[in-house]
Amino acid sequence: MKIFSKLYTFLVFLFLYAPIIVLIVFSFNSSSSTSMFSGFSLQWYKALFQDEATLTALYNTVILAVVSSVIATVLGTAAAVGIDKLKKGPFRAGVMATTNIPMMNPEIVTGVSMMLLFVFVGKIVGDGAVLGFGTMLIAHVTFSLPYVILNVLPKLHQTDKNLAEAAQDLGCKPVSAFFKVVLPSIMPGVITGMIMAFTLSLDDFIISYFTSGPGFQTLPIAIFSMTKKRVKPDMYALSALIFVSILVLLIIYNIAQQKSEDKSKKKG
Amino acid sequence: MSNRSSLGAKLIAAPYIVWSALFIIAPLIFVVYYSFTTADGSFTFANMAELGKYAPTFLRSIWFGIVATLICLVIAFPLAYFISQKTDKVQRTLVLLVMLPMWMSFLIRTYSWMALLQDTGLINGFLSKFGIDPVHMINTPGAVILGMVYNFLPYMIMPIYSVMAKLDYSMVEACQDLGGNRLTVIRRCIIPMSMPGVVSGITMVFVPSVSTFYISQKLGGGSFDLIGDVIERQFQQSYNYNLGAAISLVLMVLILICMAVMNHFTEDEEGMII
Amino acid sequence: MKKVFALLLAFVAATLPVFTGFAVEADEIEALRGTTLYVYNWGEYISDGSDDSLDVISEFENRFGIDVVYDTFDNNETMYSKLKSGGVAYDIVIPSDYMIERMIAENMLEKIDCSNIPNYKYIPEKYRGLSYDPKDEYSVPYTVGMVGLIYNTSMVSEAPTSWKALWDKNYTGSILMFNNPRDAFAIAQSVLGMDYNMQSEAAWKVAAELLKEQKIVSPTYVSDEIFNMMESGEAAFAPYYAGDYLSMKDNNPDLALVYPEEGVNFFVDAMCILKGTKNKLAAELFIDFMLDPEIALANAEYICYASPHTGVYTNPEYSYYQDEFLYPEDGQFKTQNFLNLNPKTLALMSSLWDDVKNHIPNSDSSNYDFFFGDGELGNSNGTVMTPEAWNYVIYIGIFVAVCLAYVVFRYVRKKYREKV
Repeated sequence: MKIFSKLYTFLVFLFLYAPIIVLIVFSFNSSSSTSMFSGFSLQWYKALFQDEATLTALYNTVILAVVSSVIATVLGTAAAVGIDKLKKGPFRAGVMATTNIPMMNPEIVTGVSMMLLFVFVGKIVGDGAVLGFGTMLIAHVTFSLPYVILNVLPKLHQTDKNLAEAAQDLGCKPVSAFFKVVLPSIMPGVITGMIMAFTLSLDDFIISYFTSGPGFQTLPIAIFSMTKKRVKPDMYALSALIFVSILVLLIIYNIAQQKSEDKSKKKG
Repeated sequence: MSNRSSLGAKLIAAPYIVWSALFIIAPLIFVVYYSFTTADGSFTFANMAELGKYAPTFLRSIWFGIVATLICLVIAFPLAYFISQKTDKVQRTLVLLVMLPMWMSFLIRTYSWMALLQDTGLINGFLSKFGIDPVHMINTPGAVILGMVYNFLPYMIMPIYSVMAKLDYSMVEACQDLGGNRLTVIRRCIIPMSMPGVVSGITMVFVPSVSTFYISQKLGGGSFDLIGDVIERQFQQSYNYNLGAAISLVLMVLILICMAVMNHFTEDEEGMII
Repeated sequence: MKKVFALLLAFVAATLPVFTGFAVEADEIEALRGTTLYVYNWGEYISDGSDDSLDVISEFENRFGIDVVYDTFDNNETMYSKLKSGGVAYDIVIPSDYMIERMIAENMLEKIDCSNIPNYKYIPEKYRGLSYDPKDEYSVPYTVGMVGLIYNTSMVSEAPTSWKALWDKNYTGSILMFNNPRDAFAIAQSVLGMDYNMQSEAAWKVAAELLKEQKIVSPTYVSDEIFNMMESGEAAFAPYYAGDYLSMKDNNPDLALVYPEEGVNFFVDAMCILKGTKNKLAAELFIDFMLDPEIALANAEYICYASPHTGVYTNPEYSYYQDEFLYPEDGQFKTQNFLNLNPKTLALMSSLWDDVKNHIPNSDSSNYDFFFGDGELGNSNGTVMTPEAWNYVIYIGIFVAVCLAYVVFRYVRKKYREKV
């Protein structure tokens, strides 16, 4: 049984990592082929740092992810606080159902529906170029909002309602009571929500595909148009670099968490 | 005092409520509007009537989605169980390894599968070294389903694992004490208790599988149209927004019905534990 | 030689701050500095600086200080769809002939002021006043070309002469096909001896039936993916533009091209300015720049399409000077042009194309013998629910039945246990 479980786990991970291994190996290919390995070379890594379009796309992706996740976090946390105060009833149920829509709906439908809205508004306003950074930002904020709200709400449930009131009784203004008492206790939920929003935005292709316009390409869009032509291994090189840097980040995070756990165990 | 502060707190949700009305509800209204109008804006049922001819595509998408979801479930359940049996430290590492591929663009990973599956690809190259004739894998329904399983497997593993990791093991032990062997414990105890994870896993795999278009284009060679391909083509190539909106609307309604049915039955299921 | 020439060219280009041809006053050009020009072109359709070529876009930016935002599309219909949505705005676009005709008809293009484009003199008489733009008001030719049948000589023993090779069952799984309706239908129409611009609904449906029959050889529907797939030897046959064949051949010498006997599509891709442009003068400056003999040569060398530019095709230094595929003699091959179709035919074509893409072949209703033997044309238009679709109905039905049976079983057992 033990051997079986080990073998099984290994095979599933092999399946999950097979294309990634291929991709990393071919990023060192000396020819431009993505199916025939002809020798080791670093030329695609060099080419990557000279490829302005790809680097711009990477930059755009990060900017969009940062801005959209910050907006989604602020808007979503505020919304969660408000929703938490709402009495149970049709209004609250309606708000919650609406919140669930972007999560339940197929991404393609979300993308298409937003495109229809933007295009329609663009026609009314008479602006021929509505699609672009702005529309993508709106779309990204919209699909990440539910994740923020659903991460913060449970934390709000857990916080003691009396805490904020006690702080107010002690002379705190409601706003500062929120920042001094409530916010710290829901912080873990806010941060998880923000990380999720950031990740979702970073990786989103389908919704971006329908809401993007000229001049503002994110990395997934650039990769998509590239897989329609010749994929050069410099895109593999970029993916390999992203993979390695995330791997390193996760290992550091893992070790740090391990250490803090060990410490708290010792204290305990 | 309390009243005033709660009014203020309600107002704090107002921006979000406005936002969701503008960017969640309004777009859906547009989908409905476009579904029932012609290109010049007059009311029509023609788009809905035309949907009949896409019935085979809908059926194909749903069937591929079901198969991919079942395969994911069969692969993910044992894996999640095995992971949850490991020590905390190993568990954390394995979970990170499951999530890690999701940080890389799924487009490039799917593209990389093409290099593996092609007739002149790596798998066939490997086979030919042992004198095995090349197997035609790419551009088959199997390749499309493989792409779906590959891309969405982590979405099945994660929720099942997170439920299993939090399982109340005193229940499991009670089960063992009552004389259950290992398989009985799994069947009567672990499976029913991890049902919530299974349900959310099924949702998270089925919905994107049914509506994908990139996977069928790359691994199916454009020969097995899925409903996502048809929608994409109406919007990006044929310039037929009205038909595209009508198909989207039907897809959305179908999926919402599926979800509602499934949630209904699983609520029953929870009452049936053991 | 090619490389030395490119270097020389780059040097010349760098030393000329403002080149002399442009008829607009220098200060007007100076005023454009810092503005942005949006260009929408086919993929792989401009010299982009890779492989020691000249980077035409940066060259333009450096020379005039105008920022260029450059995006690509992979077929005319995608481009049209994006523009028509109204969500995007470009200044310059490079569609094919029939699409230009359609865009003129739909009032999407801006008239070009030829006096601002002195290099227009390089466009010879035979590429002027073409049917899609008879008065040369809206477009300036960029490339011309023909569609040919590319094949891999290491996989195909005998050189094909007919489009019918794309229906050859011996090559099942290694045939590529156009992933856009107009080009795909043109091949079927050639095989059937039809006119590319026919109006008859019945005839279009027959062509669609022929395209459905092609599914028997399970073709892969591609656009520019073809480069990778032909170069790596993944496919034996592919219809594509002759110019792209030459650039593929550089990477895989086994490839060869024929112009099938049934006739091929002859096309012109031309530069146009879009209605609503906010930078028309810069757009005209760009078009003139693209017609500059050195730039046009760099582009022609890079994209390998035939050039309608006298400064290019009469230049003996040009790599494809008098190339047999790019510059065949007039009348050597049978060709047809695309014209704009009326809206009804267009709608019919895209609906039939959906049918083709959706179709899964089955032996019972196959018309293969009708097209390639002596069978009769069956009628498969009537039934939406193909055998394949019925299979799915059965599978899904069984699945649902099993789920239901399980739920009922649980329910009954629960009731039973409660009783006990």
